[in-house]
Amino acid sequence: MTSLLPFFEWCETTRLGAAIRDSLWLFPVIEAVHLVAFAVLGGAVLLVNLRLLGLAFRSQPVARLAQDAAPWLGGSLAVALVSGSLLFLSESVKLYHSEPFRLKIASLVLALLFTFSAHRKVTLADEAHARPFAGRLAAVVSLALWAGVAWGGRWIGFSG
Amino acid sequence: MSLLGFCQWLAETPWSIALHESLWAYPLVESTHVWSLALFVGFSVLLDLRLLGLAMQRIPASEVARRLLPWMVAGFALMVVTGLLLFYAIPVRTYQSLFFRIKVLLLALAGLNVWVFHATVWRSVATWDLDPVPPRSARRAGAASLLLWVCIIFAGRMIAYSWFDCDRQPQPAVVNWAAGCVLGSE
Repeated sequence: MTSLLPFFEWCETTRLGAAIRDSLWLFPVIEAVHLVAFAVLGGAVLLVNLRLLGLAFRSQPVARLAQDAAPWLGGSLAVALVSGSLLFLSESVKLYHSEPFRLKIASLVLALLFTFSAHRKVTLADEAHARPFAGRLAAVVSLALWAGVAWGGRWIGFSG
Repeated sequence: MSLLGFCQWLAETPWSIALHESLWAYPLVESTHVWSLALFVGFSVLLDLRLLGLAMQRIPASEVARRLLPWMVAGFALMVVTGLLLFYAIPVRTYQSLFFRIKVLLLALAGLNVWVFHATVWRSVATWDLDPVPPRSARRAGAASLLLWVCIIFAGRMIAYSWFDCDRQPQPAVVNWAAGCVLGSE
C-alpha cells in the first residue's frame, strides 16, 4: 500500500499552510473559530439526540426539532471543516504521526456518514412511522461518534 | 493578603501542584471544560437565535427557554467547576494573564446581560411569546449574548498563548498594567 505521507508533506509546503505556520496570530485565531463552530455544532447535535433519547424538548416532534437544527448543524459543520482544514495544512506532517488525529478523522468520517444517512432517516420520519427504539439507538451511536471527534481533537494538542 | 499573594499561596498547596503536574487529570479537566461548551454555549446559542428570530420560530420563546434551561444549568455548573480547577492548577500565571482578565470581564458582562434581560424584556414575554421574530429589545439581548460568548471563547483559547506573559519582557506599559505584572527594580 502506498503511503499517504508524501501527500501530508505536500500539504505543509502549500503557501496557505506556510503562511499560517509562520504567523504568530493566525493559528490561534483559526483555532478559536474552530472552537466556536464546535460549540454550535455540539449544541445542534445534542439538541436532536437528547430529544431522540426523550431527555429534552419532549413537547415537540423530533422531526420539527431536527429541521430547526439542520441549518445550524450544516453551517457550523462547514465552518469547522474549513477552519480545521486550515489548521491541518499548517502542521500536517505532525498530524500524520498523531494517534488522536487518526481517531478524530476516523470518527469524523463515520459521524458524517451516519448523520446524513441512518440518523437523518430516523429523525425526519413522521410521527406515525417513528420507532422509539431506532431513535434511541441512533442517538447513542451519533453521540458516541461525535464524542470521538471531540476527544480526538482535544487530545491532538496534548500529544505534542 | 493581596489577590496575587492569595494566588501565590494557592500555587504552593499540594493539590494545586498535583493537578498541574498530573499526566491525566489536567488534560481530563481541560477536555471536560471544552466539552461543557457544547452543552452550555451550544444551547445558549440556540436560545439567542430564537430571540433573534433565526431558529425554532414555530416554538414559543418561553418554551424554548424552559426546555433548554435545565441542560444549560448543568453545562454551566460543569463549566464553572472545571474552570475553577484549571485556575487552581495554574493560579499565578492565570491571574496575571491578560486574556484571562479579559475573559472574566466578558463573563461579568454576559451575566449583566442576562440580568438586564430578565429584569426587563422577559417580564413581558407573554405579549411576544408566539412572535416568530421577537421585539427589538429581545433581539438586542440575544445578539449581545452571542457576541459576548464568541469573544469569551476567543479569550479563553488565547490564555494558552504566552505572548503577554509577565516573564516575557519588555512589554508595553499598558500590557503590564492590565496584566498586573510586578516588575523587578533593575
